[in-house]
Amino acid sequence: MSTTTAAQAELEVQARQAVQKSEGYWAGVWKRVRRDKVTMVCAFVLLLMFLVILLAPWITPHDPYQGSMIRRLRPIGTDNHLLGTDELGRDMLTRLIHGGRLSWFMGITPVILAFLIGTTLGVMAGFMGGRVNMMIMRTTDVFYAFPSVLLAIAISGALGTGIMNAILALTVVFIPPIIRVAESVTTGVRNLDFVDAARASGASGFTIVRVHVLGNVLGPIFIYATSLISVCMILASGLSFLGLGTRPPEPEWGLMLNTLRTAIYVQPWVAVLPGACIFVTSLCFNLVSDGLRTAMDVKG
Amino acid sequence: MFFYLIRRVLYAIPIALAVGFVCFMLVQIAPGDPINAIVPPDAPQELVDQVKRDYGLDQPLPVQFGLWLMKVVQGDLGRSLATGRPVWSDLSSAIGNTLLLAAAASLIGFIIGSVLGGLAGTFRGTWIDKLAVTSAVAGVSIPHYWLGMVLVVIFSVQLNWLPAMGAGPGGSADWAWDWEHLQHLVLPAVTLSVIPMGIVTRTVRGIVAEIMNQEFVTALRGKGLTRWGVFLHVVKNAAPNVLAVMGLQLGYLMGGSILVETVFSWPGTGLLLNSAIFQRDLPILQGTILVLAMFFVALNLFVDLVQTALDPRIKRA
Repeated sequence: MSTTTAAQAELEVQARQAVQKSEGYWAGVWKRVRRDKVTMVCAFVLLLMFLVILLAPWITPHDPYQGSMIRRLRPIGTDNHLLGTDELGRDMLTRLIHGGRLSWFMGITPVILAFLIGTTLGVMAGFMGGRVNMMIMRTTDVFYAFPSVLLAIAISGALGTGIMNAILALTVVFIPPIIRVAESVTTGVRNLDFVDAARASGASGFTIVRVHVLGNVLGPIFIYATSLISVCMILASGLSFLGLGTRPPEPEWGLMLNTLRTAIYVQPWVAVLPGACIFVTSLCFNLVSDGLRTAMDVKG
Repeated sequence: MFFYLIRRVLYAIPIALAVGFVCFMLVQIAPGDPINAIVPPDAPQELVDQVKRDYGLDQPLPVQFGLWLMKVVQGDLGRSLATGRPVWSDLSSAIGNTLLLAAAASLIGFIIGSVLGGLAGTFRGTWIDKLAVTSAVAGVSIPHYWLGMVLVVIFSVQLNWLPAMGAGPGGSADWAWDWEHLQHLVLPAVTLSVIPMGIVTRTVRGIVAEIMNQEFVTALRGKGLTRWGVFLHVVKNAAPNVLAVMGLQLGYLMGGSILVETVFSWPGTGLLLNSAIFQRDLPILQGTILVLAMFFVALNLFVDLVQTALDPRIKRA
């Protein structure tokens, strides 16, 4: 009886130390991020953008769908229309804010889905090895044989216009690279001593993955996934730009850029505004991802 | 080395087959029966059955794939639904234009990226390093279709220096190496070049910095070699990896130029794809994607082999 309690006490101490250690790790990450001015500014910009597009219906001055034939293509700085109006006389500021909702949704959802599916498959391939590994990794090779933009356009082109089709296409595009990263970090962890020790102590494969492997591989995979958001944002808006994602009159940055293309001879600076939004968002996601990578000390 | 070569070429065959299968499946995942794309909706049932038999659409899927593959290997990519012309006739002229655009963009991106990355890797932490890193991040974060529009606004609309669209007089048919044609290439090529520029800058900076930290560079300096002499040694060490990255970028640009081609109405595969998507012309879509993907597979193989041949440190058996 007393040995059990002693062992339990020992385990508790270890657990507490583990918790303290992990708190120390995250505190260190936070300290490093806080010192990184570029990352902090970008994170702040993203947070601000997120809040603005979240509150879009309550803070925008006009209706995003209500146009006016007599107020078409007004320049930036017009009274009552701070950023001018588009080709159908709709308020640009309102549409840019509303448009952010779909652009963000289509830029982030595929990465989240691909992260979930890709991590599952990649960890399975890396941990189980053998035939499972071969099947998963050889299938991944096939998708690597397509340039990513081409694959996205091929799939959503075949499926036809639609937000869900575009998200599906982008998810398929981002699963293979996440599988590769997940597989390579898992293979690295699998051969470490503590995994052998866990196996020797009789832990099942599932427990080993859940307790010992995931904690060590999720960080690098997560960082890699955040670096994909920027690409995904550009691609998602690109699909809408080609007419493959959202349908008019839905406000979305890529689609707005497309419909305003004809206006570049009349109001060039109004026409390029949606693209500037995509650029700023994508740039900030890229820099935040770089900052996190440095702060979390992930190699590769 | 010889065996590696054989094995690498053999390995490309199942990949090419699988790529073919994915392209074949594109038509299968498209909503609606493929038969509806061939015959009008009000056609009599006998005609529909006849066409189904002729096209092999009544066969099970693996057999259909086999039939399709046989045709493709013989160079028959089917006929366009919109024009009735063979897919290959539209595709062959478009590919030349896309290759021209992608090669020009790669060259620009490669030169600027190598110079910026090389300087940044040599002078770490200086202003030139910061400039290179910033432009590399901007290059990969910028939506290039938007950059194309901005360049058109500045250089075509405001300054009126360069044409905004097309590939010059005579369209895609007659390209010539004179200014009248070349001026049409400038804006699309510069637009497309920002992606390889960013990636090459990052790669070269990393590789050069790593080489500069190695002992042999210190030894070269120690024996009194000039800056230029050391530079040549660094280039020799960095070249195989940088060329490999660049080769793959050319492939990515071939497949990724669709957005830029749309902005500038450049008569390449991207514009072809774009119109195929809107007319739901699935044979053109399938054929174009297949050819571009096969080009990418071949380029991957070529880059791998060249890299192995160039770099004596890579020993592959």
